[in-house]
Amino acid sequence: MAGMAEAARLSAEIRQRERELRGLRDRLASVLAGDAAADAAHNEEDAAAFPGELPPLPAQASLSPADILRYSRQLVLPELGVRGQLLLARSSVLVVGCGGLGCPLAQYLAAAGVGRLGLVDHDVVETSNLHRQVLHGEARRGLPKAISAAAALRLLNSTVQYVPYCGALSTRTALELVRQYDVVADCSDNVPTRYLVNDACVLAGKPLVSGSALRLEGQLVVYNYQGGPCYRCLFPKPPPPETVTNCADGGVLGVVPGIMGCIQALEVLKIASGMGSSFNQFMLMFDAREGRFRNIKLRPKKPDCVVCGDNPSVTCLQDYEAFCGSSATDKCRTLHLLSSKDRISVEQYKKLLDEQVPHVLLDVRPQVEVDICRLAHAVHIPLSKLEEKDEHYLEHLEKRICEEKQRTNGQTSFPVYVICKLGNDSQKAVRILQELTVKEFASVLAKDIKGGLMAWATKIDPAFPQY
Amino acid sequence: MFDGVKKHQVTLPCQPEPWDIRNLLQWIKENLLKERPELFMQGESVRPGILVLINDADWELMGELDYKLQDQDTVHFISTLHGG
Repeated sequence: MAGMAEAARLSAEIRQRERELRGLRDRLASVLAGDAAADAAHNEEDAAAFPGELPPLPAQASLSPADILRYSRQLVLPELGVRGQLLLARSSVLVVGCGGLGCPLAQYLAAAGVGRLGLVDHDVVETSNLHRQVLHGEARRGLPKAISAAAALRLLNSTVQYVPYCGALSTRTALELVRQYDVVADCSDNVPTRYLVNDACVLAGKPLVSGSALRLEGQLVVYNYQGGPCYRCLFPKPPPPETVTNCADGGVLGVVPGIMGCIQALEVLKIASGMGSSFNQFMLMFDAREGRFRNIKLRPKKPDCVVCGDNPSVTCLQDYEAFCGSSATDKCRTLHLLSSKDRISVEQYKKLLDEQVPHVLLDVRPQVEVDICRLAHAVHIPLSKLEEKDEHYLEHLEKRICEEKQRTNGQTSFPVYVICKLGNDSQKAVRILQELTVKEFASVLAKDIKGGLMAWATKIDPAFPQY
Repeated sequence: MFDGVKKHQVTLPCQPEPWDIRNLLQWIKENLLKERPELFMQGESVRPGILVLINDADWELMGELDYKLQDQDTVHFISTLHGG
């Protein structure tokens, strides 16, 4: 009997590997044909990127001697035991996001011997990912994260099935995908995806282990599990987009998502092995700065929840980017506060510099970013100080404007160019300067530099650091 | 929003009615909030994406805006995180 089950499992795995190989060959062919690898990764409609329906994992009747040796240290735990290990081997887990949370989570799930791991990510490995996304390495920069993660995991435990999905989870694909898995881990990095994953889990009846991390803090909740609340019970309305901070803007210490991803993996293992989760109707909050974990008792499932309540109005997946007013795949928001006459390009600014046109360059980034890199001739006032109209800083700026103005023939409008990292905060700063009418500021013509210092680094000065 | 200060120990002024969370939010808006109140409040409540805890429990379990504050209560305002 055990031999039959093993044979069925192996055949299923061979079929799976062959499908992956076909996908890889197609990708290689398209890369060699000159298409950027990233194109395929971004194209969620790409058939090779999203393999079709998977065969169910066969139920194993017993552990092989190799399994016993491999998992012996957890097999002797009475809480898990052979029964728990066999349940793990039969479980499939969908990992949404192979980043700072998804990497450690997938690593521990693979090591522990879950049967199948689905790995979803639309993005490719970048240098700035490596400090926290510990499955990817220097050699795999530019590769789709789902492929890179699967490759690393295969070296760790080749007996687990890995199914990479190189594309964003979308309204079209999410439900079909979630239905094929037993447990879902939300390791994503944006609000629309969190609502999408939640609704798909509710509609498909799957438990959702949700983690998040930013700066020096982490949060974890298990949703839609054993009659408990879903994400929408807690957060019926999405946050205003301008109040949401991502890891690129806010920063994150790599080990913080590492810790949260590990706890997520723990809860997935407890659910999959039948132990049950500790975070149904509880939120775990981690404050890395204070070294404190806090457990918060949450509300129960809401009878009036639009998706999991008694009379749900959300009965199929929706347009979550429209619902949240933000994108699921953009790394940063692009503001369009100013009209084009109030903005110049980095090329135009370079020309002004070369022609020694009198002006003041104002850098409005926070001090911590100015410490990373700066243009030597820039005056620095953080946006927050400008918003407060801090007198000390404004006097300093005024002084610089006066000095520079002496190089002109008393022209009526004196140019101040405002720069930041990407060209969002600089637009806000221009708005503030335009409203200042006291003394020297009355004659200032403020414009922002489109794309900020990162555009300067890519288009003008390749030696300028990117961060 | 609160000058970077995470913890505030406050003594609320006497008023004829007992203090509830609705009054407390208004008091915070007038006395503690330094800038951009829209990042904290929406109408008379907190903005979507902020979870309120009263003595380490979801405020929904305690009556939300109508919860009557007791001496020594701890109220947390948690901004949900979305990064990963």
